[in-house]
Amino acid sequence: MNEVRTQPIPEATVASKVAVADGDIHPARQGPKDYHPWLSQRWQAHLDEYGSPARQGWQVGPAYPKSQPNASRRDAYPPEGGRPGSSLGFMQQQHLDTNNVALGILNPLGSGQGVQNPELSAALCHATNEWQLAEWTSKDSRLRASVVVPYEDAVASAAEIRRYAGNPAFVQVLMLSRTAEPLGSRKYWPIYEAAAEAGMPVGVHAFGYGGNPVTPGGWPSYYIEEMTGHSQCQQAALTSLIIEGVFERWPTLKMVMIEAGFAWAPSLAWRLDKHWKTLRSETPHLKRLPSAYMRERVWWTTQPMEEPEPRAHLLDTIEWLGWDRLIFATDYPHWDFDDPAHALPVRATEEQRRAFFLGNARNVYRGCGA
Amino acid sequence: MSRHVVATAHEIPEGGRKLVTVRGRPIAIFNLKGEYFGLLNRCPHQGGPMCEGLITGLREAPMPGDYVYSRAGEILRCPWHGWEFDIRTGQSYCDPERIRTRFYPVEVATGQTVVEGPYVAETIPVSVEEQYLVVEM
Repeated sequence: MNEVRTQPIPEATVASKVAVADGDIHPARQGPKDYHPWLSQRWQAHLDEYGSPARQGWQVGPAYPKSQPNASRRDAYPPEGGRPGSSLGFMQQQHLDTNNVALGILNPLGSGQGVQNPELSAALCHATNEWQLAEWTSKDSRLRASVVVPYEDAVASAAEIRRYAGNPAFVQVLMLSRTAEPLGSRKYWPIYEAAAEAGMPVGVHAFGYGGNPVTPGGWPSYYIEEMTGHSQCQQAALTSLIIEGVFERWPTLKMVMIEAGFAWAPSLAWRLDKHWKTLRSETPHLKRLPSAYMRERVWWTTQPMEEPEPRAHLLDTIEWLGWDRLIFATDYPHWDFDDPAHALPVRATEEQRRAFFLGNARNVYRGCGA
Repeated sequence: MSRHVVATAHEIPEGGRKLVTVRGRPIAIFNLKGEYFGLLNRCPHQGGPMCEGLITGLREAPMPGDYVYSRAGEILRCPWHGWEFDIRTGQSYCDPERIRTRFYPVEVATGQTVVEGPYVAETIPVSVEEQYLVVEM
């Protein structure tokens, strides 16, 4: 029997917890009609008749199972009903208030990203952006929105970024890591140009529908391989961004790598540096070691954080990346949520903890300074 | 240490669970075919509320392709990260040597003995006819 009977648990008071930023919150729609106010009748009818198939072959829904239903914490279902993440009131009570979140970055998934029909993808992404304003950021001043872009159409994406460039509710451009081509490809350059112009970092969240297998070796058998594949995918994305010269081309562009870990980054940088020393003449547009671009221009959200034994190895990794590079994130309401009370099980100074939990986010997202 | 009356025995059906608070500590009480067990309602990993987890069985494989399913209804998975725990002992399966959740023995006592004491019934009005679940803490 899995009927759950509970009574309230006494929670630590908010005042006893330090304020944190959350670089990865997933607001969910109550249902498919939530976007209708911002979708034309043409697209409403289109969705009814044709749906919104993703760029991933003959299948519906995610390619791999999830650890928990809706990939969500089992305690995250709003009492009034609906999907986890769909109720602002319950999100405030369970997460924002309880964990003293001072700044929460919204990364809507299930938007229009990865939808195969390019015009529908753009229309859904735009509706998602208006929905974030109407239903979330205008109702809770701790929340900030991401400009969700239909990244396979970079021209439409750039137009969407410019539409919100002057709106302080938007602090980041959101892409997903499984794109049709490697992320540094010229195809996507208009997105980076518009983001740099707007002063917004480009966040690259795990998942997406590029049509390629989820690992470089093909389609694996198990969900755990997909989970681990996110770091392989972001390694490919980051390598491409660095080597194609995106950071040289836009010297103010910042990237935030979301939900794919960070402990792999130093070894990727060492590998790139090793090869670039011998192959520099192949890519003379790079003026510095690949690792230099990574350390200067890339930030990392922490969840789901590696938990090595001994924990000191995590400390070594963070020290290589820099304590000013990590942005604490929970992934609320998803099942692999990191709790801020437990998420940094290593010795760190007060200054390092403040940067990790709040300061770095305030620095990287525009207009969020203390 | 004192003995706390936390529920009436019939409140938790077979396969069910109930969250109670004893001396400020949240404890999830489980009924496995008439046997009762208590686990601290905080996962030793990151503090997830264990009482809301999925109750399932044990899946083991002596080698790939050779699967054994046993102990249906005796394994609890944390509602956040899905770590598995033995409801009878609190032992984890991802790292059984080092990680277990705090386990509290639960005993069934008759109303007659509960009324006589030395029991503490914080929230349960007790009567002689009922059977009660008791946690010592």
